Formats: sequence, C-alpha cells, structure tokens
Amino acid sequence: MSPDGRARPWGAEHAALALFGAVFVVGLPVANAAGLVSDYYLNLFGKYLALAILALGMDLLWGYAGILSLGQAIFFGIGAYSIGMCMMLEGSGKGVYGERVPDFMVWNQVYALPLFWRPFEHLPVAVAAAVLLPALGAVVIGFLTFRRRLRGTYFAILTQAIAFAVWLMINRNEMKLGGTNGLTDFKSILGFSLAAPGTQRALYTLTAALLVAAFLVSRALVRSKTGLVLQAIRDNERRLEFLGYSVASFKIFVFAVAAALAGLAGLLYAPQVGIITPSQIGVLPSLEIVIWVAFGGRGTLWGALLGAISINWLRSVLTATYPTLWPIILGGLFVSVVLLFPQGLVGVGARLGSVARSGRAATGVVAAPDAPERTA
Amino acid sequence: MAVGEVVTRVAAGIALILAAVGGPGAASAAPGTDPLDLDALGARLANPKTQKATLEALAGRADPRVEPLVRALKDGALYPVKSGGFVLLADDGGVRTLRGEPSVDAKGQPVAIEPEQEAVGLDESSFGLVNRLLERFAVLSPRREERESAAVKLGNSRDVSAIPLLAAAAERERDPSVRAVLAEARAKLELLSPDAATRAQAVRYLAALRTEVALAQFRAMLAEEQDPAVKSAVREAIRDIESYVGLRNIVGYVFNGVSLGAVLLIMSLGLAVTFGLMGIINMAHGEMLMLGSYTAYVVQELFARRWAAQQDYYFFVALPLSFVVAALVGLVLETGAIRFLYGRPLETLILTWGIGMIFQQGARLVFGDQTSVNPPTWFRGGVEAMPGLILPWSRIFIVALAALALVVLQWILQRSYAGLRVRAVMQNRAMASCVGISTRWIDAMTFALGTGLAGVAGCALALIGTVDPEVGKTYIVDSFMVVVLGGVGKLLGTVVASFGIGISNKLLEPFIGGTAAAVYAKVAILLIVILFLQWRPTGLFRQRGRAAAESASA
Repeated sequence: MSPDGRARPWGAEHAALALFGAVFVVGLPVANAAGLVSDYYLNLFGKYLALAILALGMDLLWGYAGILSLGQAIFFGIGAYSIGMCMMLEGSGKGVYGERVPDFMVWNQVYALPLFWRPFEHLPVAVAAAVLLPALGAVVIGFLTFRRRLRGTYFAILTQAIAFAVWLMINRNEMKLGGTNGLTDFKSILGFSLAAPGTQRALYTLTAALLVAAFLVSRALVRSKTGLVLQAIRDNERRLEFLGYSVASFKIFVFAVAAALAGLAGLLYAPQVGIITPSQIGVLPSLEIVIWVAFGGRGTLWGALLGAISINWLRSVLTATYPTLWPIILGGLFVSVVLLFPQGLVGVGARLGSVARSGRAATGVVAAPDAPERTA
Repeated sequence: MAVGEVVTRVAAGIALILAAVGGPGAASAAPGTDPLDLDALGARLANPKTQKATLEALAGRADPRVEPLVRALKDGALYPVKSGGFVLLADDGGVRTLRGEPSVDAKGQPVAIEPEQEAVGLDESSFGLVNRLLERFAVLSPRREERESAAVKLGNSRDVSAIPLLAAAAERERDPSVRAVLAEARAKLELLSPDAATRAQAVRYLAALRTEVALAQFRAMLAEEQDPAVKSAVREAIRDIESYVGLRNIVGYVFNGVSLGAVLLIMSLGLAVTFGLMGIINMAHGEMLMLGSYTAYVVQELFARRWAAQQDYYFFVALPLSFVVAALVGLVLETGAIRFLYGRPLETLILTWGIGMIFQQGARLVFGDQTSVNPPTWFRGGVEAMPGLILPWSRIFIVALAALALVVLQWILQRSYAGLRVRAVMQNRAMASCVGISTRWIDAMTFALGTGLAGVAGCALALIGTVDPEVGKTYIVDSFMVVVLGGVGKLLGTVVASFGIGISNKLLEPFIGGTAAAVYAKVAILLIVILFLQWRPTGLFRQRGRAAAESASA
C-alpha cells in the first residue's frame, strides 16, 4: 500500500476534507464573528494554516519526489517580503517621520525609494511576485543542479548553503529590506486596517480557503501521471532515467510548484502575523518545515497538514512556558521522528487503525518509502 | 691653581650660556663635541632669574648629558656645595656629581650635604617645561619599551630640536630593533630639515624602510616641497612604499586564507571521510567542533584552579582530550542512532541536525553565550615575515596542526591495516563484508575518527577566537562546500578545496571592501562553487569505479 492515501476510498477523504473545510473555512470565522472564538486564537490558527500551505509544498517535494530542499524558507521569505513591502508602502507617509519611505530607511539615511521597491506599490504586482518569484528562483536553482545530476545530499547541501547565503545577505541593512529587524509595523492592506478584527477574519478565511484549494491541487497532482513519475523518482531515480524520462524536468517542475506554494504561504503569513524577519528565512526554518512533514507523515498530504498545525501549536504552547528548552525539544523531535516513527502521525494512526480492524499486528504498512537501493 | 680653575669655569660657563641662548645655529651643533660645563649650568638653574631661560635653551638642545641634572632639579635633589658647584642626591641616599659619578672631595672622601642646606627650587611655571624635557630623555631610559615609545613619540613631534638627542641615543643604543626605531624617528624629523640634502637623504632612508608611517608625511611634503630633487625622491618613495604595502597586504591576506583553509581542512577531513565511506552528511559535525572548543575551555579552567603555576601546559592536555571527547561522542552517536539509518542519507541529515541543536542549546545552558580561551603565553606574538607583517604564532600553529592531521590521516588510510579495511569498505561495501571485514565496526571507528578531528579543529580554533555555542555553525556550511567541491573519497580534493575556499575567501574580502565584505565574499564563493559544479558535478577529484557512481546517487 502506498502511503499517499490512494488505497483509501475517495468518499472517506471527501468527507474528511468537507469536515476540515466546514470547521476551518466556515466554522471558525463564524464562531469568531459570534464572539465564541477570540481574535487571538483565530489569528493563531490563521498562522498555522498559512504554514500548512508551506508544508504541503515541502511534502510534494520531499514526501513525494524525494528531493530534500533545505532552502524552502527562502521562498516563503520572498512571498512574505513581497506583501510586506507592499503594506509598508501603503503605510508610508504615515510613519513617525512622515517621509515617503518606510521608517527603517530613514534610520539608514535612505530618503529615496529604492528602484526595486517601486513595483511593490501595487498589490496585484506584489501578489504575483510573491508566487512567481519563488517559482522562478526554483527553476533557476533546479536548472543549475538537477540538470547536472546534483541530487540527494549534494542538493540538500547546496540549497542549505544558498539559504545560509541569502540569510546572511538579508540581515544586512544595505539590502534595504530592514536588516535584522525585518519588515514590520504594517498599517493596512488595500485600505483596510490590519488592526480591525474584520480584516483579520477576512484574511483568515482567505488563508483557510486557499489551503483547501492548495490541498485539492496537490491531491490532483499526486494522483496524476506526473505524480506517479515523481514518486518513481523518489523510489528509484536511475531506473526512471533508463526508461527515458527526463527526470530533471520533472524535478524542476515539482521544485517550482513547491516554491510557489511556499511563496503563497509567506504572502498569507505576513499580514496576519504582522512581521517578517530574517530569522524566518535560512537554514533552521527550512529544516523545521521538513520536520513538520516528517512528524505528520511524509508522503501523505494529510500528514503535511497535521504536522504543520500540530508542531506549530506545540511551539506556541512550549515557547511560552519553556523558552530555553524549545530548541532541545525541537531537536529531540528531529531525532525521534526519524528514529522512532518514520511514518509520522498518519503512519501511527494507520497502524492503530489496521490493528483495530484486523485484530492482529499489521505487517508491511510502514515500509520505508524512500530507501534507495544502494546495494545494486 | 684654584683661581685658574675658577676662571676657566666661569669662562666656559659664559660660553655655554651664549651657546645655549644662541638660537638654531647652536642647537644644531652635535652633542658630545662641545665642552659642556654642568656646574655652570647648575648655577644658572639655581638662580631663579635665569632658571627659565636656561631651561628653554636646554629644551632646544636636549643633550643627554644634562639629564641627571634636570631630573634632580625636578625631584628637588640638586644641592649646592660649599666648595662651589653642585651635587645630586641619588635615590639610594648617595651623593653624585652632576655627571652621575660618586662625588668625592680632594682627599677622596665622599662629599656630604650639610643638613641645613636646601635643595635648588624649581619655579612652578617651569614645571611643564622640565617634564617635557625629561620626557624626551626617555629615549635614554634603561627600559626598552620606554625608549621605543619615546622614540616613536619624538619622531611624530615635528620638533627638529630633538634630532641631536635621537642621534646620541642611537649611538648609545645596543638593541638593534630600538636602534631602527630611533633612526626612523630621526629620519622623520630630518624630513623637516631646512637642508635639502638632509631631506633627500631622509626620504631615501624612509623609502628603504618601506614603512607606512611615513606615507602621510610624504604626501603632505609633495605639496609643499620646493626642491625638485627632493620632490622626485619623495614621489619615488611614495610609489615604492605603496607597491610594497600592496604586496605585503596580499601576502597577509593569503596567509589569513591559509589559516582559514587549515581550520576548514581539519574539519572537512573527518566530514569527507565519513561522507566518502558511508555517504552520510553529519550535520552535527559543527557541534563536534564546539565540543572540542569547550573541552579546551574546561581544561583551562581546571588548570587555572588547580595548577595555576602550570597554566600554560593546559594546552597539551586539552588538545588530545578534545580529540578523545569528540571521538567518544561520535562513537556513541554512530552506534546509538546513525547506524539504524544506514542507506538513508537524508534521514541521517535531519537526525544529526536535531542532535546538533540539542548540543548547541545544551552548551548555551551550561556555559552561557560566550566564553573565551586564553592561548598559552608562548603563542603570543608572531614571526615578522616581512617588515610590517606579523604572522601570529597561533595561526602558524593551526596550519602546522592541519598539515599534521593530514599526514596522519593519509598514513592511517594508506599504510595501516585498519586503513586498508576502510578503503575496502569505501570501494565496495558488499564485497568487503563478504571477505570478513566488519563494516559496522569500520563505520563506527571511521565516524569517531572524523568527529575526533572536528574536536581537534575546535580546540585549535579556541586559540584564535571566542568560544560560543554557534561556533560550529560558522564553519559547517563552508566545510560542506569543501566536501562538495573537493569530491568524495580523495584527500587531495579536500586539501585543494579547503585552501582554495579559504584563500579565495580572504582575497575576495578586501577586494569587495566595506563592512559587509565577509558576507559578500561568502556569497561569492558559494556562487563560484555552484558554477564550478556545473562544469564538474562530482567535484575536483573524484573516486573512480562503482563506488563513485553509488555515492553520487546517494
């Protein structure tokens, strides 16, 4: 049984998706409007759902195609910075200094708007850039690596180095992106104040709806022929090459899709959280995305969703109570997920389910999906 | 006879005073050749009316022979004696003549100062003048550092009256390095000399020294200098010095690059071997380096508490211990976790990253954010490879350590029985296993060796920087670049890639310039590596055969 849910009847998954949609897209905002769910919690869930989109992309890339990118947070950052710049410009002139440029530029003695900020004055441009720039970046990186058969650990190391380099650069004030402080103090989007609960509710609903849409698109993708080829790449790339497939093109494609989803996630994340800093870009945030997917269940779209939401919820709870222990807990998660339950929450659930159904220990459910045949 | 002596004294005294007040002509007279009557000078100083003028005249001369006299005046230790003339009261209570010799009367008996005798007073308004005068005499101080700093100060004073003093000091000087400083200071003052030939000579002298300190002065001279010969000499000197400084800077950057490359090499050797052998990337390798650094720190603290007298020897304990600690942790890591993920390099990567995070945060909780290791005293200072370029011993030591690590590892891999088995497993794991090699044991030992080397790198790194929990992260990305660029399975590739990345990094930094040079140099290196891999995806040197094909697909 392949762990992508194909063995499950569509009906059951339909029902699950309908339930998910009913709770998150309709239920929560309505409850919020009725005063049953606080604005704080709605906002928190908005953040989790945005990150779930990021995890979906990572799952397509790593869970299905077996490509470990340690630079997904860059694409997320591009999305978040794009919309962040747009919102900064909408609020410019209303800052402390009343200048036509964002306040942080005034601190750095920049009084004219840098050229690359100009297009982001328009929301449609910012939104398009948030999704298309990451895809473009992924195509370029993929072109430079996959076509030269740089893969596996090589690819992971290279993307890690790229993430490190981007992180180093974005921390500099000369990049005119706010340096280590990032972009923050957003006032409004399309004229709607971000402080108003109504705006936040609308943003939340948009995020939840786009998550469901992203899920449907991803589902269609993994069930398509392309999806099958991607899984074949994961399981035995060389065999696929011998069969005549242009493996590199498929990999570039899925990398671009994952990057676009990451950009979309950033686009939805920044207005709801109200800040984007370099600390959310770079190697560690990229690896954390991998852990969400691994924790939830790699190679299953539901796993990515569950993992992103549960770990981020855990983080919200634990960083409040044990801030110094969080890195150790997260590191422990890295270790235990890999060693103890490589199938993640979904795998554990499936095993429990099958134990319950058959009354005896299930066999073969959790075969490692990705062990390359190295002893060839 | 006594009358005759008095007469000559008075005559000499008048001559001296005339000379002293006589102006620049008198000031430029070489010291030591003119007769100097200290007693007459003392008389002038003892007279409140002439004291100030005499001191001013002395400031223009700075004859080293008057130093004891002036110092005694300041300290209130200058006494007139009945027989005429003056004596000094030394710190030990002895009485000296103005020349500093023990003072004896005609019968050879020590002269005593009468109890009611008062010392010569120093007018308050002259106090600063005396101090300045004495400051100059610091070039004659018995302490080497004092002489050196006084010479540098005089050289920058733009006060030509100090030239004779510097010349006299240079004559007395025994220490060649101080003598060079004195000569340099003298030449700098001679640049201001009214005599064109002297100026030209000073320009040539300073140009030959190739010192940067004269550069600014030369540039200023270029605008003011009237004499065409001197002007062209200055121009030539500026060109010479600038080209020399350029060369010296490049040598300096290359050396910094070599020392960075050496750190990368020690770190990457272990990484490259485990990657070549098992196809896994150990993301916690940087934390193994951190362990080495903290081992050095702990050993140092222990020595400071228990054996403070032998403080410097802590390093001999810390270096091997950092290897052992990191190797043991590596062994536990391999046998406890990594071996279960054999054949799944990406999972190993995630796992080791998690372990790295735990170590990093653990170190932060135990040791705090920043601690530092004091290098043993014998690592202070360095070798002056070229004038103005000092290579610190600690960095030279790191380069030597890297070379040693390379030789030992090469010997182990190529000459020892264990190395033979390691190579066999690297080339064909299944076959090696078939002929009875315990691949599991080889994996564990090689992994431990690799992490141990990272520990050594950490201990060495503690010598040149602070120790903090993030120290591993600083170097890990570069080390991965080394492994990727160098290719798998060949130590030569690792060596070339380490020094290539280290040196080009340090050469790019000044080329880019600005405060963020280090950041952009790193980014540029990364781009270069990626572009290079377009041309040779398997790195500089690659292992031949099926093992290479397998590791490339890992």
